[in-house]
Amino acid sequence: MDLKQLYQDIILEHGKSPRNFGKCDKYTHQAKGYNPLCGDKVQIYLKLNNKEKVEDLTFEGSGCAISMASTSIMTELVKGKSLEIAKKIILDFLNMIKNTKEIKTKELNDDQKTIIMSLSGVKQYPMRVKCATLAWHTLTSAIEKNKEEVNTEKVE
Amino acid sequence: MDINKVKSQFPILTKKINGKSLVYLDSSNSAQKPISVLNSLDSFYKNEFSNIGRSIHSLAVNATNKFEETRESVKKFINANSKDEIIFTKNATESINLVATTFGQQNIKKGDEILISELEHHSNYVPWHYLRETKGAIIKFAPINEDGDIIIDELKKLITPKTKIIAVTHLSNVTGTIVPVKEIVEIAKKKNIPVLIDGCQSAPHIKIDVKDLDCDFYAISCHKVYGPTGVGILYAKKKWLESLPPYIGGGGMISEVKKDRITYAPLPEKYEAGTMPTAEVVAFNESIKFMNSIGIENIVKHEQQLTNYALEKLKKINSVKIIGNPKNKAGVISFIIEGVHPHDISTIVDEEGVAIRAGHHCCQILHDRLNLSATARASIGVYNTKEDIDILCKAVENCRKVFELK
Repeated sequence: MDLKQLYQDIILEHGKSPRNFGKCDKYTHQAKGYNPLCGDKVQIYLKLNNKEKVEDLTFEGSGCAISMASTSIMTELVKGKSLEIAKKIILDFLNMIKNTKEIKTKELNDDQKTIIMSLSGVKQYPMRVKCATLAWHTLTSAIEKNKEEVNTEKVE
Repeated sequence: MDINKVKSQFPILTKKINGKSLVYLDSSNSAQKPISVLNSLDSFYKNEFSNIGRSIHSLAVNATNKFEETRESVKKFINANSKDEIIFTKNATESINLVATTFGQQNIKKGDEILISELEHHSNYVPWHYLRETKGAIIKFAPINEDGDIIIDELKKLITPKTKIIAVTHLSNVTGTIVPVKEIVEIAKKKNIPVLIDGCQSAPHIKIDVKDLDCDFYAISCHKVYGPTGVGILYAKKKWLESLPPYIGGGGMISEVKKDRITYAPLPEKYEAGTMPTAEVVAFNESIKFMNSIGIENIVKHEQQLTNYALEKLKKINSVKIIGNPKNKAGVISFIIEGVHPHDISTIVDEEGVAIRAGHHCCQILHDRLNLSATARASIGVYNTKEDIDILCKAVENCRKVFELK
């Protein structure tokens, strides 16, 4: 296994300087996620407008490079999309991480696909998959307005 | 001691991990097993296996004798007064649960206080928390200072007439602090408060003498003492084992069973219900023989030298910070690298075949106290060498490279 497959430059860069970090104004949805195995914590703030478009998407939390980068990348790719497309991207990402599938969605351009694919190296490190998926499960939870904190030991 | 001779007794240490020689620095989590222990397990199951106790046949008699031989060895190993004070459990967690449950049942009522410390592993907190939930007990935490030492004066201040038991670790699994438990027992004795010591980390690494400590309870996990999983030890003073109620009920722990009454077996069987991990207890005798063959003084010396060497070397690496600087420290070294999360450290050093642990190490209270969400931890066993430490340090340097730290 090559560490550079896991720690690609894009990931290191997002890990060091995460985008959309902080609590956004007037968020409409929020959810918390927790990985009890490693203590990673994330809080997602989602602002949907009345046309069900993701007007803003930010996060707070702490964790490893993989989880910070994954969260940062997620906020970048989902922000500005309609709710429907956001859900498709989430599904696509989780499929990619779990089932070795390519990114199918037409809603992302090639650059964006390259960015999201940079997280696929995690597949070779089973112990680290949850680091990458925590934020995405938490975003789903925010969309569904679940009150209970996402716990990586309880999601598939 | 001849380290090569010691190391050669551990077959797993010749394995390759990710193409590299295994450098096992996770002994605080669980220790590897010498060949004598593995042979004992194998041979016992192949040639001698039987359940112990009731049966009359020859195999059972032999198995029972061997099982009891381990008890005798444990008694000597920790210098207990009597074999009856040695109870075999599943692990130290069960040992502490046994005490918390039975002692709690008999002695804890609403408003009573249990004094533990900020250093404790979850296994020496959660069982007492049950008494907070079920009985309305109050749990107090003796604070630590920045170095990771329990502040004894503060501990003293937390003792009140309502303090019913004190439960502290002998050796922290995060900071490596060797806690002055004898001093704590002396303080407690003046007020007639019993003391439980969590000896999970200490048993493989420092001399244990329960008579000298004069503690009431002492808990050990055998898998950390180069023994098999599934076996733990509870040492307890006879007066407690005789007066406390039984814990798990079932076969083997009874004397007479009638429709309207049950009487319990004498010690130690009173606390050993159901079929025990027979082969594992028998094999644990080999672990004690292994420890004795080297000698605890030699083990302490070797591990101390290695710890000092590792601390010195790690401290020289830029952005590495060692967690805790206790007065007396054993071979448990938790550290962080500024700019690299402990989980990333663990993944990166694993590529070099180095097994360390990352996370809160079942000590969330301590991590909260130190304002850390996680740490990386390298922990030393008797089989570790200077070369292991060199490889660790190189792997830690590699973390800095992967993350392009200056």
